[in-house]
Amino acid sequence: MAPQLSWYLALSAVLFTIGVVGVLIKRNVISMFMCIELMLNAVNLTFVAFSSFFRDVTGQLFVFIVMTVAAAEAAVGLGIIIAIFRSRESLDVDEASTLKF
Amino acid sequence: MNNSHLLSLIIFAPLAGAVVNWFVGRRLRNERFIGLVACGSVGISTILSFYLAFKSDGALRSTQPIMDHLWTWIQVGSFRADFGLAMDRLSGIYALFITSVGLLIHIFATGYMRGDGGYYRFFAYLNLFMFAMLTLILGDNFLLMFVGWEGVGLCSYLLIGYYLDKEEAAPAAKKAFIANRVGDWGFVLGIFLLFWLTSNAGAPSISFFNKTGVTSALATIASMPIDGFTWHAIFAGGITSLAVLLFIGATGKSAQIPLFVWLPDAMAGPTPVSALIHAATMVTAGVYMVVRCSAIFTHAPFAMFIVAIIGAATALFAATIGLAQNDIKKVLAYSTISQLGYMFMACGVGAFVAAIFHVMTHAFFKAQLFLGSGSVIHGMHHEQDMRRMGGLRKYMPITWLTMCAGWLAICGVPIWAGFFSKDEILWKVWSAGSFNMPGGAAKALWFVGAVTALLTAVYMTRLMVMTFWGAERFREQHAPHDHEHDHHYEKVEPHESPLSMTIPLIVLAILSTVGGLVGVPYAISSLTGGHPENYFEQTLAPVISPVPSTVASGENGAQPLHWLSPAPQPVDGKPAVAPVGEAPGSASSEETPNPQEVNEERLLALVSVMIALTGIGIGWFMFQRKPLLAMPRLLENKYYVDEIYDAAIIQPIKVGAREGLWKLFDIGVIDGTIHTVGGAVVRFGQTIRYMQFGYVRAYAAIILAGAVIIIGYFAYSGAHVLRFLVR
Repeated sequence: MAPQLSWYLALSAVLFTIGVVGVLIKRNVISMFMCIELMLNAVNLTFVAFSSFFRDVTGQLFVFIVMTVAAAEAAVGLGIIIAIFRSRESLDVDEASTLKF
Repeated sequence: MNNSHLLSLIIFAPLAGAVVNWFVGRRLRNERFIGLVACGSVGISTILSFYLAFKSDGALRSTQPIMDHLWTWIQVGSFRADFGLAMDRLSGIYALFITSVGLLIHIFATGYMRGDGGYYRFFAYLNLFMFAMLTLILGDNFLLMFVGWEGVGLCSYLLIGYYLDKEEAAPAAKKAFIANRVGDWGFVLGIFLLFWLTSNAGAPSISFFNKTGVTSALATIASMPIDGFTWHAIFAGGITSLAVLLFIGATGKSAQIPLFVWLPDAMAGPTPVSALIHAATMVTAGVYMVVRCSAIFTHAPFAMFIVAIIGAATALFAATIGLAQNDIKKVLAYSTISQLGYMFMACGVGAFVAAIFHVMTHAFFKAQLFLGSGSVIHGMHHEQDMRRMGGLRKYMPITWLTMCAGWLAICGVPIWAGFFSKDEILWKVWSAGSFNMPGGAAKALWFVGAVTALLTAVYMTRLMVMTFWGAERFREQHAPHDHEHDHHYEKVEPHESPLSMTIPLIVLAILSTVGGLVGVPYAISSLTGGHPENYFEQTLAPVISPVPSTVASGENGAQPLHWLSPAPQPVDGKPAVAPVGEAPGSASSEETPNPQEVNEERLLALVSVMIALTGIGIGWFMFQRKPLLAMPRLLENKYYVDEIYDAAIIQPIKVGAREGLWKLFDIGVIDGTIHTVGGAVVRFGQTIRYMQFGYVRAYAAIILAGAVIIIGYFAYSGAHVLRFLVR
């Protein structure tokens, strides 16, 4: 039985949910970061699945753009994480909560 | 129409002098250079004025004004206001005496101001004043005239406050400025109303003269029916309202009731300023404006009546105050107010020529008296109180002799200039027609004028006696506060002033003596044979709107009028009027002198001579023996006018401003609104700032919740919303 579109979408939904839940429950900032990447890749998967389903290459072009953005975001994000770690000696986001009222 | 660019040189030469003195003179600090620039630039104006007035087709010898169109200033639709100058017979006479008297006063000032720290500043202001004053009189429309009008006001302010270390100078300058602004309010509204009236007549204009593309506003007004002689006309928005508004402007500039209070205080300025601005030239700008607008005033009989009454009241009021002042300059200041009242009284009865004649002779003798008082003050080391003078004629004989000429002139002793002009005013008032006043008013006004003449002679004699005759009181110590600084109390030894000051005095004394001979009325000149024409009146008559002979009664004043003389002409003198020197001007009433009237005029002249001599006699015998005779306290305190104004106007404004505008409106309403709004924003921010609680994961949860809500909304409300969005 050939894979259906719905299978890809279901997988994508699962991945996305894992990502969301991970962002919400993880306190380690690296883990949160990886969860965000997971959500991005879940979306990429949807793009590719629809692109294949509709025989339209535009979706795949979008994936490249998303990956580019993700790479840039990773650079900035990791830079911030390093800066946080240098100043606090910790990667717990709940501890980095001084920027508030 | 004659054109001449020399006309603009008349006004721009003093401006150039002012600029040079301000920028170069302040660096050089060389009094000789500064004085030369100042006097030289005014000298250029003087020479040009004489040339343009008296050359073969000059302003005074031709019926056409000399024009100089510099540039078109404002052009809106069919309305045009130019930066253009015009010299007709009226402005020509003004230009002549302003430049010549101004030049003499500039020369005097080079001596008077010697050694003063602000020498360059003084002469820059003085030249700037000449520029503004000449712009005022040579401007060919109301707007340009207003530019000059404000310019002289500014220079007056600057020069009254010239002595920075003098305590009373700055408030006096402010007072002059504010009183003048009140008058300017009327003047500006008058210009607006004139524009409105001429627009309604189909020829929007504020020009004095007919030019290519511009109709004279005055001619437009002259072609309208005459307003009725009623109270209501003032508020009707017609010609009477216009005339009254313009007259309010004149009361400010020319120090008439109720705005005269600034002029006595203006004496805080240097004496040459008092002579130039506050006696000879600027304060007569109001008279110039009224005479220039004679076409408007002769169409507004009730406004003329008001002018006459205010003039007469001011003349009498100021003269009584002048009786009791002890400061030599204050006496002259009140005397100036009083004489200005005379001029307005003449305008009010339609004797515009006599008013201008008195302006001119007054410029001579009052400038002389002020400069003479300046010479006395200079010689007395800046003492102005006449109670500490006395017997000065031995010490300053030239000042004394020349001031005698001014004194006789202002008292109205025959031959001296003031006699002819004052006598003519009194005669014109006596013989005024019933055109603009109820019966009997003319005689009452004459009586007021005669009493004023008597008082004038008395207080001027008092001034002369207190200053030049009697015991030498300047060596005594008077006020107790002198004891406090005994160490630098030194014997004041009066001395005669230098040549730069006495020469202008001598010239002005000569002018005060013979200056009246240009306008000897027929009734007097015919006694001696000679030339019976009144040159002055013949020169001016063509540019002045004549007065109708009967009352324009009724609401609309539409009843036919009988003109005493030919009907009013456009004031640019376009209609053929024979040039002076040929047949006598047709507009003058002296074509056929009525023998009875001539006799009456001679009799009145005799009466005024008697009045003058009586006044001098009273003054002489009262003050010769007791020069320090105490005067009534009411007069010495100027009828408490300043105090009344303070209580009735200034204090209410101050209290209203402090309690109402500041505390209630500014602090309460404006600040209150702002503080309320600002406070609300602050409180709102303080409340919602707790949203920022600092936990990144919580923010992520909120984003998720938001996303869920939005997606849930679209899922719930169905696809049609999406269809609308995507389309």
